[in-house]
Amino acid sequence: MRLEYTERQNKFRAEIREWLAANVPKQPLQSFDTEEGFRQHREWEHKLNGGRWSAVTWPEHLGGRGVDLIEWLIFEEEYWRAGAPLRVNQNGIFLLAPTLMEYGTEEQKKRFLPRMAAGDDIWAQGWSEPGAGSDMAAIRCKAIRDGDHYVINGQKTWSTRAVWADWLFGLFRSDPDSVRHHGLTFVLLPLDLPGITIRPIKQLNGLPGFAEIFFDNVRVPVENRMGEEGQGWNVAMATAGFERGLMLRSPGRFQQTAKALVDLYKAEEKNVDDCSLRDAVVKSWMDAEAYTLATYATAGRLRKGEHIGPEASTNKIFWSELDLSMHETAMRLLGPRAELMEGSPDGGNIGHWLEGFLFAQAGPIYAGSNEIQRNIIAERMLGLPR
Amino acid sequence: MDFAFKDEHIAFSDSIRKFLMVEAAPEWLREIWETETGRSRELRGKLAEQGLTALSVPEEFGGIGAGDLEWVLIHQELGYYAIPDSLIDTAYLATYLLNRLPAADATLKKTWLPKIADGSARIAVGHPVNPMVADAQNADLILMWHDDEVHALTKDQVKLSFNPSIDMSRRLYKVNWTPSDATRICPARLGKQLWDGVLDRAALAGAAQLVGLTQRMLDLGIDYSATRKQFGKPIGSFQAVKHHLADVAVKAEFAKPVLYRAAYATEREQARRGVYVSHAKLAAGEAAWLGARKSMQVHGAMGYTWETDLQMFMKRAWALDAAWGDRAFHKKRIADFILADGARLGPGETF
Repeated sequence: MRLEYTERQNKFRAEIREWLAANVPKQPLQSFDTEEGFRQHREWEHKLNGGRWSAVTWPEHLGGRGVDLIEWLIFEEEYWRAGAPLRVNQNGIFLLAPTLMEYGTEEQKKRFLPRMAAGDDIWAQGWSEPGAGSDMAAIRCKAIRDGDHYVINGQKTWSTRAVWADWLFGLFRSDPDSVRHHGLTFVLLPLDLPGITIRPIKQLNGLPGFAEIFFDNVRVPVENRMGEEGQGWNVAMATAGFERGLMLRSPGRFQQTAKALVDLYKAEEKNVDDCSLRDAVVKSWMDAEAYTLATYATAGRLRKGEHIGPEASTNKIFWSELDLSMHETAMRLLGPRAELMEGSPDGGNIGHWLEGFLFAQAGPIYAGSNEIQRNIIAERMLGLPR
Repeated sequence: MDFAFKDEHIAFSDSIRKFLMVEAAPEWLREIWETETGRSRELRGKLAEQGLTALSVPEEFGGIGAGDLEWVLIHQELGYYAIPDSLIDTAYLATYLLNRLPAADATLKKTWLPKIADGSARIAVGHPVNPMVADAQNADLILMWHDDEVHALTKDQVKLSFNPSIDMSRRLYKVNWTPSDATRICPARLGKQLWDGVLDRAALAGAAQLVGLTQRMLDLGIDYSATRKQFGKPIGSFQAVKHHLADVAVKAEFAKPVLYRAAYATEREQARRGVYVSHAKLAAGEAAWLGARKSMQVHGAMGYTWETDLQMFMKRAWALDAAWGDRAFHKKRIADFILADGARLGPGETF
């Protein structure tokens, strides 16, 4: 056991800290769920890529720095610490890219990854359908082979960032006679193809953070397929594994929230009559630390060539519940001011807590609902009967 | 950055697990706990043969000279198999104190450390954070706190009153005694530091046992839910039951790295040792109480019986949660740390 950073890791931290201090926008960007905010965030991705910071774990020839997962965690810590903009391309960089590295052809990697790193292509996900939510194997949206194309017909929904994104990756039924997880194919497609209709869906905060996508005889070249035809389920599961396991929610995010919560508590302490709030703040710090420690432990194991198994599902439950409880605590600390929208003239130190509170509500639902995660833990980790 | 334990430490704790599985079966422990002393010379002898009593004793006194990191794996096994307090109090806590006494007190070390190592002595440790002293009646020597001094007493120098615990493995005594120059073995100046070290190690050992107990209660719940049938199938196939046990697995999974960091900080005497130990104790206590609640729920009425082994582990979990600092005590240590001006918190401040 060695719980210290190496010289090299400390140097890496100092380098990114310096770059962020010089480059993070002084004025916060608008939400990337607005057209202007989306543009600003794309510009930020360009800038990050200019410093070669947009995808640090990727090999150098694809735009990364070839660093390992511990350095990735350091990068993320510094990123959150600096209050840098949210990553508008996180679906691409953190979810699709690891799958592309494993299942993509060399040609596909060269074609997609550098543009992804630069923010030239922003990616959306196409998993859910009206009849396929938690039960993803119930996918019906078809991609039927016609010569050197797939012809796509059907509907996807809850597609995050799809309103302004450039590309979509997702799972489609390529064998119309197949059932469940057989006969599915993983396809990458540009969202401006003829036959695609995108209908924005307003989220709790009133912004179109996700969308429905309708496909009407949309023709996609066969070279946009990832992995073999009919093997899409396995490819998608690899993505879902990364998502739950490590890259979707790095600990820096929650540590930054926990720290902000401590600051909020200290600012409000003299007005706090509810003595359970100190407890809740203590617990927030503890759980953010626990998540960090567990992630470092996992990264250490991965670096030695071990794999993340079903225990990845424990992560998803832990961070989503932590995020909820931290934001609930902040709302309780703010009391009657908690409901005030950002920018209210007499809101005082309400900050972004309300926005975070709304977003935290989604945590236990997206990326595989927590009920599904509990089933996975019970069946695959604890060995309970199906 | 590496959380992996040394191969030889893992091998040792594996061998202890196999040993305890055979030699500390629940039916045998029940028999021992029902005796007047609640302890067995035979079992202590076997534990000594495995090297457990000699772990902290320096090599020059016939011991192994292991550190806190090696111990933390063993503590988890001792928790899993519900081995009573006397072993840890003697071989880990009292040994820590004796090892660090001023050089002038060589006689005490020479007298007691070899006996600890060979399993022939039991030593009890009394700290003001606990109202009672565990295993005082069975002890050959009692080490007591008094205004940060360390005092060593034999049983003829104390008056003990037994206070039965719901956890049959515990033997708790109120110790009435009078400090004197003759009983003092360490002045407050050094004693303060030693007692802080004892408290953190005791809480660390408690946290590790609670993690082990959580795993035991989880395993019992899994076994029961896989074999017990209702509505024509194992109850473990029902989601409501699955989710109870999955919740326990989540808590246990996230308590472990917290525990290991605390052990690491303790072995290295890092400045944040106390905060990290308190975190471990709280996380493990929460996991163990959830483990008890959920495993009992899964066991149904069987979980409420004396006959089902689950009760042995639940009661120990309930008891150890408040031993060596209750939740309020440990939360306050963390609150004092995170609410202090200039506290280093947030991303990048974990290690």
